[in-house]
Amino acid sequence: MIRWLLWALGGILLGGIVHLATVLAMPRAATQDAYSRLAPITPINAMVALPAPTAQASIMPFMDPAFAAAVCRYDLSSGIIKLNAPVSEAYTSVTFYTRESVAYYAINDRAAGRRAIELDLMTPQQHAQIPEDEDVTAADRLIIDSPSKTGLIVLRALAPEPGLMPMARAALAGAQCRIAPVQ
Amino acid sequence: MRLLFGSFFTFLLAAVIGLGATWFTLTRGIAFGSLTIGAWTAWPKSGSQDIDPYAHAAISRDGELPVGIGDGVAFIAKTDDAGHPLDGRCTFLLNGMTPPARFWTVTLYSPTGLLVANAINRHGFTSEEIVRGADGRFTIALAPQARPGNWLPTGGIEHFVLVWRLYDTPIGVAATTMKEGPMPAIERKGCS
Repeated sequence: MIRWLLWALGGILLGGIVHLATVLAMPRAATQDAYSRLAPITPINAMVALPAPTAQASIMPFMDPAFAAAVCRYDLSSGIIKLNAPVSEAYTSVTFYTRESVAYYAINDRAAGRRAIELDLMTPQQHAQIPEDEDVTAADRLIIDSPSKTGLIVLRALAPEPGLMPMARAALAGAQCRIAPVQ
Repeated sequence: MRLLFGSFFTFLLAAVIGLGATWFTLTRGIAFGSLTIGAWTAWPKSGSQDIDPYAHAAISRDGELPVGIGDGVAFIAKTDDAGHPLDGRCTFLLNGMTPPARFWTVTLYSPTGLLVANAINRHGFTSEEIVRGADGRFTIALAPQARPGNWLPTGGIEHFVLVWRLYDTPIGVAATTMKEGPMPAIERKGCS
């Protein structure tokens, strides 16, 4: 009897380890995460409009139907990303996600404080290669460090009412996401 | 022989407990650091690098992209204030005000995160299109049949969830949470 209780205790402890390991491994192992869902419809390092969610289909679950969205699936292995996004009249935001869907940075039009959101995205290694003085002269461009080499930039523009959706889409259509050499 | 049976039992138990607990926590949306106001719950940290491992596993599994903390915060409700599940065959009234935000949207989803089909193609409201009273308060009727005023059709589905997204808001950003911040009350008004 005691022997079986010990086996059971071992099973419970091992079960706890299995539980923690599977939870921590899930972001790497998931095959239906946002990046995998977007990969077939988005080219690398280019801004593409996302289809609006409908009752039948949605590229990702829980998308906000009041927003027009565009995504740039980036890969920083051949350079840095230069993002230019004109802001719409209502509300525009840019959110940066790692390959594993972690939102590591987000900014809205008001925080950007201009008529367009202009950002440079690079890895910390690429950031270190930029000479100091260059950093100062380029101070008017915001520099974002990406914790991962690949990831997603999601641009969202609000349509305050359904009739304004074409305006929100048009604002996103002017957005650019392009790769540039580090220097 | 006894060793073989014993270790087999231990591994089987470990697999059942470990995988069962993982499945349970990920499908129930259990994560730490939640901010609850009435029937509404938000996980502001899910929109930052400090995301909880449980929330991270859950969004990776279902394919969602969380609202970034510099963008806004999302509150989800699955029941009314009294704890009744949100049933699309019933009528619910959403009443009150929202915390400060430049814009907000409220959206009705199926439990898997799809919009719900309905005749007037309405899936939610934004702060700009809602009809308010003179005091700035508003009422939204969630019902399968048409209602006067702000009507959000439920499509008659068995379960639905509501997501309230506040954009450009101090909620969830400031370290001290305003626990008594006003979120709309949800009240059931009978079922058909």
